[in-house]
Amino acid sequence: MSILVLENIHTYYGEIHALRGVSLSVEEGEIVTLIGGNGAGKSTTLNTISGLLQPRRGSIRLYNEDLSNFKAHEIVAKGVVQVPEGRRVFGRLTVAENLEMGAFTRPLRSEIAQSLEQVFTLFPRLKEREGQLAGTLSGGEQQMLAMGRALMAKPKVLLLDEPSMGLAPVLVDSIFDTIRKLHALGTTILLVEQNARMALQVADRGYVLQTGEIILTDKAAALRENESVQKAYLGVL
Amino acid sequence: MKTQPATVFQTSMRFGLIGGGAAVLFSLVGMVEVFGQRTIIGGVVSMGQAFVAIAMLLSAYAAARQLSSVSSSAMLTAGGLTGVTVGALLAALVLLGTSINIRDVFVSASPPLFELLSFGQSPVPGMLLLLVAGMTMGLAAAALLFLSPAMRSTAISVLLAVGVVGLLADLLRIIISQWAYVAPLVEWVFSGKGLSVPGALAIAAVVIGLDVLANRRRNKAHNLAALPATALQKRMRTGALMALLLVLPLLLGTYVSEVLDQVGLYVLMGLGLNVVVGFAGLLDLGYVGFFAIGAYVMGMLTSPELGLASLSWWSALPIAVGVTVLAGMLLGVPVLNMRGDYLAIVTLGFGEIIRLLALSDALRPWTGGSQGIQLIAKPVVGTVVLDDQLKLYYLILAGCLLAGFISSRLRDSRLGRAWMAMREDEDVAQAIGINLVATKLLAFSVGAAFGGLSGAIFAAKLGAIYPNSFGLLISINVLALLIIGGMGSIRGVIVGALVLVGLPELLREFAEFRLLVYGALLVMMMLYRPQGLWPEEARKLEAHGDGDNSNGDQTAAIPA
Ligand SMILES: Nc1ncnc2c1ncn2[C@@H]1O[C@H](COP(=O)(O)OP(=O)(O)OP(=O)(O)O)[C@@H](O)[C@H]1O
Ligand SMILES: [Mg+2]
Repeated sequence: MSILVLENIHTYYGEIHALRGVSLSVEEGEIVTLIGGNGAGKSTTLNTISGLLQPRRGSIRLYNEDLSNFKAHEIVAKGVVQVPEGRRVFGRLTVAENLEMGAFTRPLRSEIAQSLEQVFTLFPRLKEREGQLAGTLSGGEQQMLAMGRALMAKPKVLLLDEPSMGLAPVLVDSIFDTIRKLHALGTTILLVEQNARMALQVADRGYVLQTGEIILTDKAAALRENESVQKAYLGVL
Repeated sequence: MKTQPATVFQTSMRFGLIGGGAAVLFSLVGMVEVFGQRTIIGGVVSMGQAFVAIAMLLSAYAAARQLSSVSSSAMLTAGGLTGVTVGALLAALVLLGTSINIRDVFVSASPPLFELLSFGQSPVPGMLLLLVAGMTMGLAAAALLFLSPAMRSTAISVLLAVGVVGLLADLLRIIISQWAYVAPLVEWVFSGKGLSVPGALAIAAVVIGLDVLANRRRNKAHNLAALPATALQKRMRTGALMALLLVLPLLLGTYVSEVLDQVGLYVLMGLGLNVVVGFAGLLDLGYVGFFAIGAYVMGMLTSPELGLASLSWWSALPIAVGVTVLAGMLLGVPVLNMRGDYLAIVTLGFGEIIRLLALSDALRPWTGGSQGIQLIAKPVVGTVVLDDQLKLYYLILAGCLLAGFISSRLRDSRLGRAWMAMREDEDVAQAIGINLVATKLLAFSVGAAFGGLSGAIFAAKLGAIYPNSFGLLISINVLALLIIGGMGSIRGVIVGALVLVGLPELLREFAEFRLLVYGALLVMMMLYRPQGLWPEEARKLEAHGDGDNSNGDQTAAIPA
């Protein structure tokens, strides 16, 4: 069953037509990746889903419920949680406080404690650095923290915006390992990446976005074999 | 990553020039001379001299401390040399001032200044004395570094205590003569406008005694593995503090009560702005607007002069606060999408608009225009009219306690966490499900409410208000007291208000130099203690405890 469905979404920045009729769907338990070059509209798509931007046309449905009348914070409470681009952590709060903040929309203390356990199992590094100020973490650790914080909201769909951006190859591997683990736990993920090679390895399906339009969609394995994808995004000549 | 230790000479020159420059500057703007009229110890030290001595001591201390890793002789040399440098700069000023007329440019470069700087001698021996004094002070400051930390803190406490008591001698004299049993001591402890020599010695003895006792207790507590305060102890401490707050104005008399009232009004405003800026991170430069609205609504509703209504103070209070809250929301709506500097500019405008509205002729029937509003009602409790400093003190105290209580509950609530998240990063706050609109408007409303309350009390206290009582300077003062006390810290607000509002009231000569001192104080705070004088506990610990980790991590992050 489709959890999240976008139909013919048009988003503008003033007069700039950034998304030109994007349609996509995410099934329960799937990893779907959205790949594309700089300025293709990947972040715009995620921001439109999470309510930070309003589409001018089209519909977004979560479990068949239209999201267009909900504000950004209400959409989080409904279970669509975004990890913003660029490792945005609360630098002057501790790791533990950051994680606690992630559970802002959840009322039950006991459940929150349980989620915290899960996050710490997934990211043992964060457990070690529980009391450290988040601003003093290394880049990779900050990305882990940003992801952990989003998981604290118990998302039904996790929106990841370029989690590997600016990280050393070892750290990129570890981030994608974590994404695999999340997948194994049954988390539904919409993953935006410029690192198409890695993204297509972990994903079930993929969409290719170019100047605001979906130009191609297929199983991830098939996209990896696709000649134009290889040329444009996988660096194969 | 320490660089080669700078040579003794360079270090001494650097600190000497800084200290000397400061001393010359303070002399030229007139502070030294004005303070020279206050004595600390009668016939021995005036406050102006103390000021110069402080410049010598501080710069020599800093220079010597910088060299503490080199050798003790280097420290002493640097201390002495730094002190002499400060003295030399002042001597040069004396030379310049006594040989040519610089009063056209520096109005304060007057004969009394030079007389004071040269210890009442003629210029040449005076200049020599300055050099000797610099040397002595410098050596003394360096010597302080050789003492054990406990002794050093005792020495500094003694200097501070004698200085403060001497400074406030006038006031303390009046206060103490009201206390039946100790009144006879007055003549012995004080002389002229300062302390007497035996008085100063007695104070030194008392401070040393107290310090020794405190140290002994601390050592004992240390051996008992310093238990955290129990709930009972905490409650007793709160009780004692409350009792002290209640009897304070009775002990200290009318003048100090008046000062405490003003401090209290600023504490109220500080607590309000602390919610907006400290908790929610919304830089509001027009906070005086809320203070003004509270005061004006109170005036309009209670003053028979305008003939609008003549409610009692208490029945007008909820309306005054309510209107202010409404104004807070009205200000909040247009600035919802603004951040940082834009927000600051717009709120700045808001404060000015309120003042100009109060001043405008069109609104004269309601606000009294430039004539303001008189005959504002006083609060009545039972049959007591709160019409003097002392009675109003209790009203203000109650207001501060209420606002402090609300602030601390809000800080620890869900809303408080939302404010904190918003302060740190608005975008992420939204991404974790925080309703930015509601969160911002609530911050403005709570902040406005405290400001309005403060204004309503202010109006009653003076009985009359004028547009010019609500200038930009009030907003700046309130913001500055937050910075001094510690952004986001409730107790910091109290410290900040005492330092920025209380002290200048007690040192009236100071008033002229208020802005200069604010400026210097703020710059120093930013450089040496950006977290404020008394920040919240948790933040302080974390910032402190993580120093090592952070370094390790930043280096680890570089290859990434
Ligand atoms: N706030 C904005 N105002 C105006 N135009 C914007 C804004 N944000 C993005 N755009 C434009 O919209 C288009 C899509 O941007 P978007 O950030 O979605 O790209 P992206 O695919 O995420 O790129 P990247 O991989 O570089 O992050 C770009 O042409 C960009 O210039
Ligand atoms: Mg992007």
